[in-house]
Amino acid sequence: MASTPPSAATPRGNQPKVVWWNDRRYRAILYQVLVLGGVFLLGWYLVNNTLTNLASRDIATGLGFLEREAGFDVSESPIEYSPADTYFRVLVVGVLNTLKVSIIGIILATIIGVIAGVARLSSNWLIAKFATFYVEGLRNVPVLLQLFFWYSLITEGLPSPRQAFNPITGVFLSNRGFGIPVPDWGGTMTAMLVALAAGILAAWGIARWARRRQEQTGQIFPSFRIGLALIIGLPLLAWLIGGAPTAMDAPELKGFNFQGGATLSPEFAALLIGLVFYTGTYIAEIVRGGILAVSHGQTEAGLALGLRKSLVMRLILLPQALRVIIPPLTSQYLNLTKNSSLAVAIGYPDLVSVANTSINQTGQAIEGVAIIMLVYLTVSLSISAFMNWYNRRIELKGGR
Amino acid sequence: MKPLSRIAAVAGMALVGGISSAFAGDTFDAVKERGEVICGVHTGLYGFGAPDEKGNWTGLDIDMCRAVADAVFGDATKVKYVPLSAQARLTALQSGEVDILSRNTTWTLSRDTANGLNFTVTTYYDGQGFMVKKDLDLKSALELEGATICVQTGTTTEVNLADYFRANNMKFTPVTIEKYEEVTAAYLSGRCDAITSDASQLAAIRANDTPDPADHVILPEIISKEPLAPAVRHGDDQWFDIVRWSIFATMEAEEKGVTSANVEEAKKSTDPTVQRLVGATPGMGANLGLDEAWAFNIIKQVGNYGEIYERNVGMDSKLELPRGLNAMWTKGGLMYSPAFR
Repeated sequence: MASTPPSAATPRGNQPKVVWWNDRRYRAILYQVLVLGGVFLLGWYLVNNTLTNLASRDIATGLGFLEREAGFDVSESPIEYSPADTYFRVLVVGVLNTLKVSIIGIILATIIGVIAGVARLSSNWLIAKFATFYVEGLRNVPVLLQLFFWYSLITEGLPSPRQAFNPITGVFLSNRGFGIPVPDWGGTMTAMLVALAAGILAAWGIARWARRRQEQTGQIFPSFRIGLALIIGLPLLAWLIGGAPTAMDAPELKGFNFQGGATLSPEFAALLIGLVFYTGTYIAEIVRGGILAVSHGQTEAGLALGLRKSLVMRLILLPQALRVIIPPLTSQYLNLTKNSSLAVAIGYPDLVSVANTSINQTGQAIEGVAIIMLVYLTVSLSISAFMNWYNRRIELKGGR
Repeated sequence: MKPLSRIAAVAGMALVGGISSAFAGDTFDAVKERGEVICGVHTGLYGFGAPDEKGNWTGLDIDMCRAVADAVFGDATKVKYVPLSAQARLTALQSGEVDILSRNTTWTLSRDTANGLNFTVTTYYDGQGFMVKKDLDLKSALELEGATICVQTGTTTEVNLADYFRANNMKFTPVTIEKYEEVTAAYLSGRCDAITSDASQLAAIRANDTPDPADHVILPEIISKEPLAPAVRHGDDQWFDIVRWSIFATMEAEEKGVTSANVEEAKKSTDPTVQRLVGATPGMGANLGLDEAWAFNIIKQVGNYGEIYERNVGMDSKLELPRGLNAMWTKGGLMYSPAFR
């Protein structure tokens, strides 16, 4: 109906003139204007009514609270934070904590998901059944319960700091988290990080060049081994030049807790494990579906060419399956990010957790909830945009 | 603390038109016509407001509602209890859903003014404290330097905690969890060295949730003022008077030694104050617009403040909270009723 070209309804020649409100084109526009106007009116009514009610109840509005002192502490923060900092800063801490668990979670869930998805298709009975058991078991239990499970497993199952497990010198496992020693090498550390970045960049460049050369000449270049050597070798070189320091900052039991070193908190660990294993099941199914979507003839053709099974998977099946996998995978990445808001249930200070406390202190629920929604929207749209870009890159050019 | 209920509250605010101010002076008439007092209470806090095994509401906050029902109807059972969440409680009173808010609510300046409430009488002087395991062998909260502390999100508990450590130049790590049950579980599992909350709530946790209450100690420091008081709507002075004097009657009775057991004999007392209190000398009831036996009924059916305290949170209960600040002023506490004359 809507696709009827407007010209079809145009009066031609000496046909009787139609009044405008009987003209389909004008009617369509009129209805749309009416609906849009109605939506705007309703929105305006709600906003106006809220503001009037808030004002008559003497409830403060506006974003002025962001500059005030927050006054409460958070358990972990990637940046310096103290209770004397502002609400704005504590919200930034919350956003960073959300991003931290989301990014690490997405990477790990992808790895686990791909492994489990491929394993379900394995001809090895034990591996296939084990993967099926994992997927069907964890996919069908609500993620919140899984978080409680992992959290209580860590806090109840591990010993107190005074009886902490000490598998290797400097590594401590207790219900306060996992303490590991970190290198205390000053400037050499920075130089090594720069060298590592340079190594990754060089390896990527070599891989690109090698692929192009192989496409043109058919010659194979051992880009993987050379790249790995660069990634490991360059930081090692930087370490040697820096005088091969060996000082370590190891966790040590002082007073109530371990001090020094790096600590992975039970809250972060439980949230990460829970989200990764839960989302991994969905990714496994998507990967399995993607691989099954590639015609079996492709596998047979690959085997007929004399390729090994693992090479058929890597060179023929996975690249084609990716085109089917990427769009639903994006949804899983978004789900993982949004599910990270369950952190408040097990005490990880993510955005929702700190924003909730801010709301309670300031009483400015509307602003607080709006900030939460805005941040999640921004993060989700960014993930979507990145995945859509990647999807366009790998899809068949000139197809359809 | 649940975002959903917040959004619901905000959405409610968006939909309901202006606020009606037709409540002024009408509550008493509305209550009499209805035949029961509607009381906003806690969803379940042992000692203050929670249903017992038989489903009857019990607790210190509950008994204050029963006292008001006694004053108005001469029958402590004429109360309808509405369990309210922390977020919904103030709105429920403002919007007229309940007549009294008797729900473990701290009396603060902003609630008394900006939120359109009037707090009646402090029925329990509470304050935030710390509970630790006994084997840590701590004597004071000042020894908590570097400790990990479990705390529930929301309320002012988190800020009081940070303030206290900043004021004493000490460091700590908070573990902030949304639900009270999960906070308790984290503390009991050893995730935290200490748990902080209102002292009465710590006592409830120790009594109900620990395997052996003797393994846990509540440290002596009280780091905040939390006077808990029933509240009524701002602007209805008659109802305000009835509620606050119903509570005062329980305190005056304790001061004068009138209990639910001896209130009959008290009618023959030679003390003029007692005579006025129990209605042997008429006048007090008439001033409030109530029956002269109003206070007699309260003491007979609910008891005096001391009985209410001991039964719900004191030595006769599982909480075993000492009277402390909540003793009568004659015994070194803060409980004090204005004069009955």
